[in-house]
Amino acid sequence: MQTVRLASETDFAGWREAARALRARSVPPEAVLWTVDGAADLFAASVQGGEESRAFSVPREFLELADLVALHRSDERFALMYRLLWRLGGEADLLRIHSDPDVHKARGLAKAVSLAAHKMKAFVRFRLTADPHGEETYVAWFEPAHRVTEMTAPFFARRFSSMNFSILTPDLCVHWDTQRLVATPGADAADAPAEDALEDFWRTYYASIFNPARLKVGAMQKEMPRRYWRNLPEARLIPDLIAKAEARTSTMVSQAPTVPDRVIRAVQRTNRDALYDGLAPSTLEEVQAGLQMCRRCDLYRDATQGVAGEGPARARLMLVGEQPGDHEDLAGRPFVGPAGQVLDRALAAAGVPRDQAFVTNAVKHFKHDLRGKRRIHQTPTAGELNACRWWLDAERRIVRPRVIVALGATAGLAVFGKATPVAKARQQAIQLPDQAKGVVTYHPSYLLRLPDPDAKARAYAQFVDDLKFAWSLCPPPQGEVARRA
Amino acid sequence: MATLDLKRKLAILSDAAKYDASCASSGGTKRDSLGGKGVGSVDGGMGICHAYAPDGRCISLLKLLLTNFCVYDCAYCVNRVSSNTERARFNVDEVVDLTLGFYKRNYIEGLFLSSGIIRSPDYTMEEMVRVARTLRETHHFRGYIHLKVIPEASPELVNQAALYADRVSINIELPRDDSLARLAPEKDVGGIRRAMGAVRLGVEAGAEKGRRARPAKFAPAGQSTQMIVGADAATDGEILKRSEGLYGAYRLKRVYYSAFSPIPDATARLPLARPPLVREHRLYQADWLMRFYGFERAEIVAENDDLDLEIDPKLAWALRNRGDFPLDLNTACREQMLRVPGLGVRSVDRMIEVRRFKTLVLEDVRRLTRGLEKLKPFIVTGDWTPGASTDSADLRVRMTPPPPRQLDLF
Repeated sequence: MQTVRLASETDFAGWREAARALRARSVPPEAVLWTVDGAADLFAASVQGGEESRAFSVPREFLELADLVALHRSDERFALMYRLLWRLGGEADLLRIHSDPDVHKARGLAKAVSLAAHKMKAFVRFRLTADPHGEETYVAWFEPAHRVTEMTAPFFARRFSSMNFSILTPDLCVHWDTQRLVATPGADAADAPAEDALEDFWRTYYASIFNPARLKVGAMQKEMPRRYWRNLPEARLIPDLIAKAEARTSTMVSQAPTVPDRVIRAVQRTNRDALYDGLAPSTLEEVQAGLQMCRRCDLYRDATQGVAGEGPARARLMLVGEQPGDHEDLAGRPFVGPAGQVLDRALAAAGVPRDQAFVTNAVKHFKHDLRGKRRIHQTPTAGELNACRWWLDAERRIVRPRVIVALGATAGLAVFGKATPVAKARQQAIQLPDQAKGVVTYHPSYLLRLPDPDAKARAYAQFVDDLKFAWSLCPPPQGEVARRA
Repeated sequence: MATLDLKRKLAILSDAAKYDASCASSGGTKRDSLGGKGVGSVDGGMGICHAYAPDGRCISLLKLLLTNFCVYDCAYCVNRVSSNTERARFNVDEVVDLTLGFYKRNYIEGLFLSSGIIRSPDYTMEEMVRVARTLRETHHFRGYIHLKVIPEASPELVNQAALYADRVSINIELPRDDSLARLAPEKDVGGIRRAMGAVRLGVEAGAEKGRRARPAKFAPAGQSTQMIVGADAATDGEILKRSEGLYGAYRLKRVYYSAFSPIPDATARLPLARPPLVREHRLYQADWLMRFYGFERAEIVAENDDLDLEIDPKLAWALRNRGDFPLDLNTACREQMLRVPGLGVRSVDRMIEVRRFKTLVLEDVRRLTRGLEKLKPFIVTGDWTPGASTDSADLRVRMTPPPPRQLDLF
């Protein structure tokens, strides 16, 4: 039997050195006894001097695992790690087999250590005091579940970089002076300050944020185990909070509601949002406001907002799309998403000034279907189109465009009142009852969806031509007529 | 009015804040205070819960109302104008000092600030932004800040809030639009949705890659919302459908469900029966199934149905779909395995790794999961098949856990 004496409880370097030597000499795990011996004599003498070492490598994951396991308070940790190291020699994939008893055990220890580190980040409580030179310093007394103080100290240094602080624990103490972390041997609870003026405020907060109507003591203890309570200033309130919770709740429930203050009642408003009253809007602002109240069909239910048209109130050219998409629904403006970008590009190519066109949609709310987390566009029904024509007609009445371009078949149906196939009807000026001329062309989303690049380029060119054609139908503004004449 | 001392104000304004379930401090941009003048760090990913109250809820942030004076009259809220609750108001410096004092003692991860509406939505939002700005700019605070957005406030102020905060939230409050109109007459569901939409656009623009002048980080931890359960007649199916829509439309990080809880000085407009806390728990379980387990809402519960309170929604689904079981853990794909009651994401991923090297037997499964008994009727392993027990009539009874204690005290 080979006995290895490590220098300290966390002497991972010593373990690593010994383990490497033992394994090189093929000493099986059963033949090694691992002990911790404060005296730094070391096993070095006992293990070294054996036969020539054979080089071997272990996965980096093993070292990371062992690094954590070494900090566990379990007595078997060093033997367990050596057993794993030994077995890795013949079973290269051992760490992948999470259900292997040794791997399972080691991962369990490592997890407990990580958890202890996490709880240390959570449950350390600093108390403000002055150091011997009169400088502000924050001191905490903490008892970690495992030996994680050194490992966790950098977290506190990063967080409280501008503070002087010390964390005292029975195993080890760490100190930060805004520049460096220094470790010193373990200390005693009495070495830390006994109180802090702010703790009373913290307890006030703790008691107030607790909702007595939903007592779940088990859930609390699972996350904040009792072993930590004695160093948590707030924990002393727990028994009393629990004891009184039920009485407080039943008082709340049984108490009759009080009558609101007389003055308050007097000024209370009735329902602020009087429903949309059905009167036809006469300005674009009224369209915008009225749309938010619109209940003419069910599309408002799942949409963010009604999206009104945008552009000059006396535009000569009106472009009518199908309906707002995902982006338009969020932003509350028409044609600001991918299709809008295609439209902008095409308008520029056709020589149509974007800021002189009024852009809107046949349907004002985004109709969609939820697939997983995506909202997928759905074509509105004839009924929805009909319901929404009320708004489109209002916009047509107010803007009084000379030319209306229907983008796509749905818009065509809305503008012309009947199915208007794009391929057949494009490049024609269709007379509309309100004295405007209608033109039909593709919807920019259709261009985005075409898979074949050639077909896409062809359709885009036609789209630009159609926009040019529509613009040519627009009479020039009156000033310009005079000039041209 | 007599001046209240700071401790009394803290008691009033944290008591008033406790009905907001969210306390998460996760998802911020990784940062620390090294080399800087202030304090604070955010680790990215996981947040830290610094304490737990006896209600089982995590205390991660200093959750406060700037004031509980409020001009609104929302029936479910203890701070509504018509309630006779004690009122208080912090000034900006008081909140800043408390936050820093608590933070430096390691009590908290940061601040979650909300407020009653005083004077106007803009005025209130501006005060809240002032707290965040003072923390960030005057004190170089790098901890977590969560600001509640007042949907009626102007978009510029909402924008500013999102630039100082890690997370913003806007509460949808109630699962049904008409209940909101009835119980919270001053709130407007359209306004709430428009604000959520604006936040999503801001977050996405902030995260956009390849922009030369990247805009300042806009609420890097995203947005969340809260729905009160049991204050109106909405079914669980309706509630989850609403959540599903919100996740899809606004890319929310979380929807919090808050079982309507008795409040001091309740109003007569509210129902008398309070929902059991287990209902809230089941909603969270169903929400997780939708977000992490590949379930569609419609598979879990029909729109006009409620979740089973006795058993968890995944087990309920499995019992309705016994034809899919037992499942051979050695050959099934990940999506199928995630649907086995009792198997979590981590267990499944580990099993998939292990089975590349060996055939899974019960002993493996035992070590990789939280308990074999619940699983056995649904799985096949190298050394186990459940025989007829998957189809046995009393399976549901055997799988139903004894009623937990302390879940429902009403």
